[in-house]
Amino acid sequence: MVSYQNPLSHQLRDGGMLLKEWQTALGTNATPVHTHTHSGHFYLIFLSSPDLDDAPGHSALEEISHEEAVRMDIPAALPPVSISLKDYVNESETLSKLVQLGVQLWKLEQRPNVGSMLLRLDFQTDVTPRLVFLKQLGVEDSRLGYLISHNPFILTESLENLQARVAYLRSKKFSAESVASMVSRAPYLLNFSVKRMDNRLGFYQQQLGLSAQKTRDVVVRLPRLLCGSLEPVKENLKICKLEMGFRENELQHIVTVIPKVLTANKRKLTQIFDYIHNTMNIPHDLIVKFPQVLNAKYLRIKERHLFLQYLDKAQYDPAKPNYICLDKLVSLPDEAFCTEVASATLKDFELFQKTM
Amino acid sequence: MTTPSVRVFHKLEGLFSIYKPPGVHWKLVRDTVETNLLKGINAAPPPGPRQRVQFLAEPTSVMAEGSSELTLSAASVPALAHHPLVSGPEFQHIGVGVGHRLDVFSSGVLVLGVGQANKALTDLYRSHVTRDYTLEGELGMATDNFSHTGRLIERTTYDHITRDKLERVLAMMQGSNQKALLTYSKVDMSTQEAYELAVKGELRPDGKSPPIMTGLRLLHFQPPHFTLEVQCLNETQRYLCRILHEVGLELRSTAVCKGVRRTRDGPFTIQHALTHQHWTSPDVIQAIRQYRSSRKAGKAKHTQPGKDTGTASQRQEMAEEAAVTGDSHRLLSVLTSKAFGS
Repeated sequence: MVSYQNPLSHQLRDGGMLLKEWQTALGTNATPVHTHTHSGHFYLIFLSSPDLDDAPGHSALEEISHEEAVRMDIPAALPPVSISLKDYVNESETLSKLVQLGVQLWKLEQRPNVGSMLLRLDFQTDVTPRLVFLKQLGVEDSRLGYLISHNPFILTESLENLQARVAYLRSKKFSAESVASMVSRAPYLLNFSVKRMDNRLGFYQQQLGLSAQKTRDVVVRLPRLLCGSLEPVKENLKICKLEMGFRENELQHIVTVIPKVLTANKRKLTQIFDYIHNTMNIPHDLIVKFPQVLNAKYLRIKERHLFLQYLDKAQYDPAKPNYICLDKLVSLPDEAFCTEVASATLKDFELFQKTM
Repeated sequence: MTTPSVRVFHKLEGLFSIYKPPGVHWKLVRDTVETNLLKGINAAPPPGPRQRVQFLAEPTSVMAEGSSELTLSAASVPALAHHPLVSGPEFQHIGVGVGHRLDVFSSGVLVLGVGQANKALTDLYRSHVTRDYTLEGELGMATDNFSHTGRLIERTTYDHITRDKLERVLAMMQGSNQKALLTYSKVDMSTQEAYELAVKGELRPDGKSPPIMTGLRLLHFQPPHFTLEVQCLNETQRYLCRILHEVGLELRSTAVCKGVRRTRDGPFTIQHALTHQHWTSPDVIQAIRQYRSSRKAGKAKHTQPGKDTGTASQRQEMAEEAAVTGDSHRLLSVLTSKAFGS
């Protein structure tokens, strides 16, 4: 539960009238007590607390004219502190425009301090320049909502910093389209300093031993490599080299085809590799030829392999006849797998799944 | 207010069974099913946008006499406070309850209930339903946790074991379990009614009891591998692995469990259990409907010409049905009445 201070008080003052303004208005228009207008008597009710140091103003039961009453703009009774943004969204221009963009306010208000930050932003001076900047970068309109939902802090990052980081990426010879694609897929990218991005790019180029163009391709494929910490990546690389025994060039090929291996869960990666190499007896070079198997779900590989074994079709050696391609084993949907690879019906596969 | 999402949720309230694959924790399975059902519920079209009325002051023309009239015009403005992006999806959590749990090593039928059906779930499990398991064993090894994934403790020979010897051991175990069942069912064995129940195999323990096997059968024997089929009450999967270990010990050898697979949990069989690609709301709605119609068909068969509604066997079935349909009154009356004679 997060409480917000009411930052809309300045907006209230724009819309409504201050107590002193009401008092002066009353002073000019007020006539002695019994004014019989054709529409009767009206009373002024004070909504804001009176300043005790002021000179005693007119009483709350003062009679005012019909026009005066109708011209009065009663400000909305916003709670000073709230746990949800829905109390403020009708009155705040920033919030209603963000909803129109497609930003998920219900998720953002659960994060600490983000709701207050969004309420304090002014749409014209803070939000619009950054949206224009993102549009100029090439980010699609439909992606702006996603971007802000995941990274609302892009609206508080200074424009000079954002422009400097984009200029750095362009200087590293990333094309304009690839920069736009990277920013829309990794919302936190432009919040990181130039030094940090440089550090990471250098790390990937040095550790993987890839050429500059190939490193660029890998980073464009998976832009969150530049956002996260390097420790899990170092551990994954160690596992691939030592535990799995892949050589340098094999690892390079795997990473260029499936960059996700660098950020995959260690336990799941080792579990899949152990099953493929030791139970299915698939040699290293065949795994390198089809690295997609390392990205698949363990349960899927296990079920399909056991089904093929039950049908005596589990043959993965390309040299022998009736060879089953690993790519087809893993990437085909169930229906296509059953008909093409196993030559059985989907019902048979489901019955087999229930015997595991 | 019934929005389309609420209607979908009401269709989902019921009991259904899924097939839990081996190697996953039951909680992960339950969370996956809950996420998928929430996706299905929130995919229903949201209710139309609510409007609120805002009064805007309009300046009117000043009339010749000098008195200007101010009028207010009412405008219907969309209220963003109830927009799904501001208030979130209608359902952010549903209560999915799990029946008798399965540990990580085992697989098989797992009963889940959604919403109001969780009450029926607790009733079902209090009414002593039996479960069917298929146990795969391997002779010649003993491990610390009785399964083949544990640390190996000893290796033995198993050449002397024949099918005949194994069946004799199983018969002995079944006998001791039968005696335990008689003791825990607190039945007076000198009555005719108790005898009839025992003959039909419908004795059940009264109150709490340790794990009891009501049926034990050898399905397949090819040394060192063998398969048993077990029907039991109040069991845990670790107890079943221990049974296999004891079978090995009785045969002067050792055995470990290679797989525990539950094929039936009370009235839920493996035939209608949903595999993991079918853990979505349309399939679950269909499974619930199928289960309800099968129960109705069963009830219609049993409550036909009501001549003998007093026998304990029918009372037992009524108890199970009452538990499943959540009819707590009937359940209470059946269990508190002297159902087992004497």
